[in-house]
Amino acid sequence: MTLDKIARLIGAKVLCGEEKLTEIDAPRAYACDLMSDVLALCSPAALLITGLTNIQIVRTAQMLDIPGVLFVRGKTPMRDTISLAAESGISLIISNMSMFQVCGILYAEGIKPCILSNGGE
Amino acid sequence: MPEPIDLEYDVVADDYQTAGEASNNLKETLKILGVNSSICRRAAIIAYEAEMNLVIHAGGGRIVANIDENKVEIKTIDQGPGIPDIGLAIQEGYTTAGDHAREMGFGAGMGLPNIKRNADVFEIDTKVGVGTTLRTVINLKESPI
Repeated sequence: MTLDKIARLIGAKVLCGEEKLTEIDAPRAYACDLMSDVLALCSPAALLITGLTNIQIVRTAQMLDIPGVLFVRGKTPMRDTISLAAESGISLIISNMSMFQVCGILYAEGIKPCILSNGGE
Repeated sequence: MPEPIDLEYDVVADDYQTAGEASNNLKETLKILGVNSSICRRAAIIAYEAEMNLVIHAGGGRIVANIDENKVEIKTIDQGPGIPDIGLAIQEGYTTAGDHAREMGFGAGMGLPNIKRNADVFEIDTKVGVGTTLRTVINLKESPI
């Protein structure tokens, strides 16, 4: 599903990378506030859903080739977080919904979980 | 790859703004060298987790990377407090990180396990009160540059 469609489904606002939203395809998503868990378990090309807004979120996305990050609960990231994402070609979107709500909506619309290393999803 | 490449980065303690720059630079260098994206991600995860350990636990340190046609070797060297119990430190979930690291999304006790999982060679030389050297190698033979 394109990031553009994801943003529309959950009423998300675009913080940076708007021009890429229709090109980014995120068939999977990973929702987490622990960056080491993301590094361990998030698939490349997945959407990262998080409640954290600091610059290390974008660093983590850089390492894993994550094309887009969705911030939940309406928490706006700091300016340096947005700047680094823009420099890195990573799109950022923000939703006022809770993590549970966005996960529920996106799962119901067909976004798949990342495949865990223990074989589960 | 025509010539081996050596990279070295200084990592500053408790600097969460610049943390990750070195690892991203290493990853970008590997991409430019034409290393396949899966290997680039493995190297990036190793470097980034090790870099965060230097930032969070070790009082800073150095990252040294040596890249040639056979391998990507990533080492971190610090003069921090050392690791009293390596067996505990490589258990998933064990952490000694403080509140600030946790607020940044780290300190979940996954750093060393993540490094080990992505490395073909994983070695730690540590002495309490002296420091720690971590050495990892990713073999490139099955994924030549």
